[in-house]
Amino acid sequence: MKLGAARRSGDLAFRLVTAVCAAVILMLVLGIGIELLRLAFPAIRRYGLHFAWSSTWDPARLEFGALSSIFGTLVSTAIAMVIAVPLSLVIALFLVELAPRRLARPVGYAIELLAAIPSIIYGMWGLFVLAPIMSRYVQPALGKAFGWLPLFTGPPMGIGMLTAGIILALMILPFITAVMRDVFAMVPPVLKESAYGMGATTWEVTRQVTIPYGMNGLVGASFLGLGRAVGETMAVTFVIGNRHAIEASLFSPGNSIASTLANEFTEASEPLYQSALVGLGLALFGITVMAQVAAQLWLVRLRRRLKVGR
Amino acid sequence: MIRRQARGRRALDLVVKGASILAALIGIAALVWILAVVLQRGAAALSGTFFTELPTPPGVPGGGLRNAILGTIYMTALAALIGIPTGILAGVYLAEHGQHSILGAAVRFASNVLMGVPSIIIGLFVYGLVVVRTGHFSGFAGTIALAIIMLPVVARTTEDMLLLVPSSLRESALALGAPRWRVTTSVVFRAAKAGLITGTLLALARVSGETAPLLFTALNSPFAVESLNEPTANLTVTIFNYAMSPYEDWQRMAWGAALLITMAVLAVTILARAILKEAKR
Amino acid sequence: MCFGKLGIFGAALAVLAGVAQGVGCKGSGGSARRINGAGASFPYPLYSQWAHAYQKKHGLQINYQSIGSGGGIAQIKAGTVDFGASDEPLKLSELEAAGLTQFPLVMGGVVPVVNVPGIKAGQLKLSPELLADIYLGKVTRWDAQPIKQLNPGMSLPDKAITVVYRADGSGTTWIFTSYLSKISSAWKEKVGSGKAVKWPVGVGGKGNEGVAAYMGRLDGAIGYVEFAYALKNNIAHARLRNSAGRYVQPTIESFQAAAVNADWKAAPGFYLVLIDQPGNDSWPITGASFILVHRNQKDVAKAKAMLRFFDWCFARGQKQAEALHYVPMPDAVADLVRETWRREITAGGKPVWK
Repeated sequence: MKLGAARRSGDLAFRLVTAVCAAVILMLVLGIGIELLRLAFPAIRRYGLHFAWSSTWDPARLEFGALSSIFGTLVSTAIAMVIAVPLSLVIALFLVELAPRRLARPVGYAIELLAAIPSIIYGMWGLFVLAPIMSRYVQPALGKAFGWLPLFTGPPMGIGMLTAGIILALMILPFITAVMRDVFAMVPPVLKESAYGMGATTWEVTRQVTIPYGMNGLVGASFLGLGRAVGETMAVTFVIGNRHAIEASLFSPGNSIASTLANEFTEASEPLYQSALVGLGLALFGITVMAQVAAQLWLVRLRRRLKVGR
Repeated sequence: MIRRQARGRRALDLVVKGASILAALIGIAALVWILAVVLQRGAAALSGTFFTELPTPPGVPGGGLRNAILGTIYMTALAALIGIPTGILAGVYLAEHGQHSILGAAVRFASNVLMGVPSIIIGLFVYGLVVVRTGHFSGFAGTIALAIIMLPVVARTTEDMLLLVPSSLRESALALGAPRWRVTTSVVFRAAKAGLITGTLLALARVSGETAPLLFTALNSPFAVESLNEPTANLTVTIFNYAMSPYEDWQRMAWGAALLITMAVLAVTILARAILKEAKR
Repeated sequence: MCFGKLGIFGAALAVLAGVAQGVGCKGSGGSARRINGAGASFPYPLYSQWAHAYQKKHGLQINYQSIGSGGGIAQIKAGTVDFGASDEPLKLSELEAAGLTQFPLVMGGVVPVVNVPGIKAGQLKLSPELLADIYLGKVTRWDAQPIKQLNPGMSLPDKAITVVYRADGSGTTWIFTSYLSKISSAWKEKVGSGKAVKWPVGVGGKGNEGVAAYMGRLDGAIGYVEFAYALKNNIAHARLRNSAGRYVQPTIESFQAAAVNADWKAAPGFYLVLIDQPGNDSWPITGASFILVHRNQKDVAKAKAMLRFFDWCFARGQKQAEALHYVPMPDAVADLVRETWRREITAGGKPVWK
């Protein structure tokens, strides 16, 4: 009897300890939201919803609007997605369908190592290596070829939205590739083999069997990459140019929410300034939570489909 | 007619195959290029004084990053001490008791969200929680931020690894009369050991390279690390400050620090994967 | 297996115990170990050298963070540092409201710098109006007429001008924009002066360091930095026309010429602006950098050590200052400052400086 009770209390204690540790994670997520709201409240009270669509960022007169930072976040992320998603798709294709096993493993490994490199290294490489190349060769060439588009006007500084987008693309590439590769591998071989058996080419099998089947997963992978790109700080801060303005050209400097925070937070002299910055952080938090929720929803759909479909 | 169609399809197939090979090459090329640049520019900086001296003002020769190296090691180690046990226990809950509970589902969802929260937001959170309340920046605040980043990563990998352990192992141990908690710590842990170590190492590698969460918590300091209760020198914020500066000697040291961090992170990552591969065999 | 893990755990605990020990040791009375300051990047090259030399001689650590004048003012007001540094002096009313004492520590010049292939230091001539027009975005190319007119015979490339400004709250910006506001009514109306303004065009660097870094990287850039940054980083500076109509080079002599008429005695709280000073040789964009400390000091030992450092800077820091083309405060002004310390800075009711 005593032994049973002692055992049960030992089990109960252990279960409680582990449950508390698990609950800490939940409390952290809620806590972050609450703390950000608390710190941002003075700014919210002062600027209200106007904060979201004003592009004025004037620390001297204490007039703040999040639009220029949000714009920078969206544009740099969009550029990154446009580059990274198609690249990830074909790399995943390479790893699962095309490459012989002996090649697929080291290549996949190399892509994983890309993910392990700290983002500040990307930032430094971007500033010291990529930016000069952009300003000396790539941007002038783009300007000459597509200068009639407002997207490619302005002095080729090397730093700016385009460079930031390219670095971001490199950073989110391994994440999206990893998930897409898993999605491709999850498609039942039977489906693919029957398609091959009917004489389809590799690309046709991919486009007509694999992609539709795993579409939910591919979308989910993209949302994961999106969430990562939106919040990336160090890689972007180095090369985005630090300018609060909304400009049409991809060559122009700008600011993302994360780079604004990194550049200005430690020097925000007025409490209202600091509060406005936290307001930006709150917006970013909201965007990443939504991206995560979206990613999870699509991935759950994928799993459900794969289990039920067969 | 059919032959022409077949040729078109085959051509398209070749184009896509070519594109995917090209894409894979781009990925590898990027990796090699970045590592080569870091190696080349950083190697010049890693001389003797780099590890033994404190930083000097710009233009004064003979400086080093001894304090930053130690600061990063201390903060990462302390963060690991806080984050890893908590994460493992949380993972245990998720795997052993949380498979069908509401708390388990909620925590799993929260883990995914927390893993997706940008590290600069976590830094902001710890700023409000710790820095504002204590009135000053500190290495402790930085440590807490790093621990928060590690927590969900360790928890999820622990859950995944524990779930891989076949239930037959658990059942036989229980049948022998061992209490539930003993089964978990002695039997299941041992079976999943490689995976747990891998998860730990990967989380360590991830946080040691983080800069943003330290920007508003530990800040940086040009002095030796004597206490974590004040701004603490660390490699990543030093890289940020030095790389953006106009001084050539500081920029060189930034590359040296970058090389150090990159080597450490890659070494730990490769080690972690090797352990996992060895165990799978 | 278990033992191995325990061993690592134990070693980690030992390391951290050693580090955490420092927690208890901090702030244990007696003599001060470290002084924390933050603020202007304008004097940072000099302050960091002074701090380094002083620590070698007297053992006191002075931790000066270059975060911009705005940050320095905020941090001293919040009490998170022992002294703040700003190039924009506070007015007497603001000083009294915050309980601060202000004094100038060193003077220097803000210079326009350019990165144009073929143009060497001191070659390019700029007039005040042209400088304002470039920063207003009215002149956008290096081979534009206004620039050509002032610099006949110089080969100016067909390149876009990239304007670089300070993105952070900067006293250097305050000095520069005050100058532009004075000489250009268009600037005054459109942008105005301040530590941070809404720049019409350009990219933002953080600190004088950030602007200097951009100057090195961006081809065709123009910016403004404190002169030591141009010197130390080999960035080409431009000549500027002063109020006497002459084109002068930024040198310690031209900064001194601008400062010679400064009447520090009559300035309440040492609030003095050295922009566009009269004199044939005066550099038009000169300014002083100020230190802010609390009038009511909590820690006597710390306050004494801090003032002793600043006293050393006045008495023995001239060589380092002049090597970097900063203008040390004249002895008469240093005496005025010491008088102010005697009068205003107290700890526990008693004056700190004797």
